[in-house]
Amino acid sequence: MRTLRARLTPYALVLPGGLWLAIFFVIPTLVMLSLSLQSGNVVDGFAFTWNWHSYVDGITTYHNQIVRSLLYGLSATIIQIVIGFPVAYWIAFKGGSRKSVYLFLVLLPFLVSFVLRTISWQFLLSDNGILLGPLKSLGVLPQDFHILATPYAVIGGLSYNFLPFMILPMYVALERIDPRLLEAAQDLYASKVQTFLRVVLPLSLPGVFAGVLMTFVPASSDYVNSSVLGGTNTTMIGNVIQNQFLVNQDYPVASALSFTLMALLLVGIFVYARALGTEDVLEVAAR
Amino acid sequence: MTEIQAGTGVAETAAPGSQQVPAIELDNVVKEYTSHGEVVRAVKGVSLSIAEGEFFSLLGPSGCGKTTSMRMIAGFEDPTQGVVRLHGQDVTSVPPNKRDVNMVFQSYALFPHMSVWENVAFGLKRKNVDAAEIKRRVGEILEVVDLTGREKRRPREMSGGQQQRVALARALVNRPRALLLDEPLGALDLKLRQAMQIELKRIQRDVGITFVYVTHDQGEALTMSDRIAVMNDGLVDQLADPREIYERPATKFVAGFIGTSNLLSGVVQEVTGSTAVLALGPSDRVVISTETPVAVGDSVELTVRPEKITIATEQPAGDRSVVRGTVSEVVYLGTSNNYAVVLADGAEITVFQQNAHDSTITAERGDTVWLSWQPQHSYVLR
Ligand SMILES: Nc1ncnc2c1ncn2[C@@H]1O[C@H](COP(=O)(O)OP(=O)(O)OP(=O)(O)O)[C@@H](O)[C@H]1O
Ligand SMILES: [Mg+2]
Repeated sequence: MRTLRARLTPYALVLPGGLWLAIFFVIPTLVMLSLSLQSGNVVDGFAFTWNWHSYVDGITTYHNQIVRSLLYGLSATIIQIVIGFPVAYWIAFKGGSRKSVYLFLVLLPFLVSFVLRTISWQFLLSDNGILLGPLKSLGVLPQDFHILATPYAVIGGLSYNFLPFMILPMYVALERIDPRLLEAAQDLYASKVQTFLRVVLPLSLPGVFAGVLMTFVPASSDYVNSSVLGGTNTTMIGNVIQNQFLVNQDYPVASALSFTLMALLLVGIFVYARALGTEDVLEVAAR
Repeated sequence: MTEIQAGTGVAETAAPGSQQVPAIELDNVVKEYTSHGEVVRAVKGVSLSIAEGEFFSLLGPSGCGKTTSMRMIAGFEDPTQGVVRLHGQDVTSVPPNKRDVNMVFQSYALFPHMSVWENVAFGLKRKNVDAAEIKRRVGEILEVVDLTGREKRRPREMSGGQQQRVALARALVNRPRALLLDEPLGALDLKLRQAMQIELKRIQRDVGITFVYVTHDQGEALTMSDRIAVMNDGLVDQLADPREIYERPATKFVAGFIGTSNLLSGVVQEVTGSTAVLALGPSDRVVISTETPVAVGDSVELTVRPEKITIATEQPAGDRSVVRGTVSEVVYLGTSNNYAVVLADGAEITVFQQNAHDSTITAERGDTVWLSWQPQHSYVLR
């Protein structure tokens, strides 16, 4: 009796979460997969026909947007690592007893809605707004200078909006490093820089890995930043999908594009994990 | 060994081979921490000098400042006052990576993302030793600590004892001029601990490096060390070789901390030349040396080790120190009998009696007995 119960317990524990995932993730995904292979239109209805032309059409028409999305996502991710790592490092090692205060400050913008935050960026960056306006009237910038509707605005918005997702996992990894390891490295003749490169950095990689996953994926499939801060030249694949779904109501192409993006991200993650050496990453993480 | 030196001061105790420049010197070192606005004096003025090749222990109870003292030698803490010298050079403001000493951390602090080999090679790589030499020296030291064949393992794939030896190898491979060990065996179980004590001592003899060993285990310190500094509340109470520390504790604290000791107190009755006689009870007579000068009427505290005392049911003759008491407890331990004897003034004295000849018990509970010992086995406490 006891052994049966003991054997069933893990399944019982996984049941609520498993059901949740099945209902809200697996089923919609399957529905979308089937949609992407259907043909027809909203008026006459759709039918499943193994119509993989939606994929071909989608990719040939929108490959620019796909590549752009991945590039923007990548740029935003790199910017976030560069900005986020020092912040995470500083909080973890120099935060002292106020660590949680600093973490709260990092999370504070999250209390404001995502769209609102992006709109406030629009306000800040607008052509004659509080940032550019004074600079233009002082003659520092030319009158026709603008940031909105450029890739910089979109990438800036993406970097800003997902930054906490980068900082938090890096902080967790850095926080877990035993300070005595740093002393041991120093004791073994390592300079500050060597201690950082040989001990801190490798041990923080699992956090960077998690941070990259948590920011690159949502950033490359985002559409809010490019619609609020971008222009016609900065359209991302997220905008295209949204448009196909809600405006054109071409569900098969929209689904096909979603799956293409998903496949590309999965391949990207896989290659990235391989390059970093997942085994090592997971090993350190499992410590 | 002359008996007259009992209770020598701390600073005067010269290191063996004191002609040489000492490997490590602490000169009146003070360390204060400020925590929550309060000043904590962790080390209150420690001076000691450790000779080249010596196995030197810092022994004392938790919180007495052992780790702090060691961290100042390694360079992880700046002394608030005082000077640290390594081989005669003032290193007080030299950072740890520029000091020619290595530390074995209590928790080992092995790099979890590196193999055993990489851990051990870490220091040599930072010193830009060439690859062939690194390979040779790492191989050599792994042999010394008996870990050949485990080079590729990660620290977490090894037992506590093995990790301990990796930590040791990682420090020793650099051939530091001194090795600092902070309770290196603290995390091991008793059996492994004893095995590692022997191992450490062997390695120290083989490599001939100065070892500074922090421990709160008196047995460990007594068996392994050439000399011991017994620390108490930020100060060194006594610095001497293990025999002296055990046989002639300089302070009440040392007497109490090391082994079992009996504490007696009495008033000086007469002083004749190099000896004085104390009065305890009516039929008692305790002889002490006047190396620490005393005058008639002075109150004196002294200590006697339990195994130095002879127990008898009749008053012994001769010039031995004698006290009378009542047996309150007898414990048969196989190799010895332990007696607890209560004196007239209420002091409880422990006596160890070896069962060398026969195992007959001299006295029973409630018996009146005479305890006696050689005058030189009384140590006056400062
Ligand atoms: N960073 C610090 N800040 C404030 N006080 C400290 C600090 N480090 C040590 N202390 C205090 O200094 C005293 C000595 O500490 P230390 O670590 O040297 O003791 P120890 O002899 O090594 O003890 P243990 O055997 O428990 O390791 C203790 O009272 C401790 O609380
Ligand atoms: Mg300590």
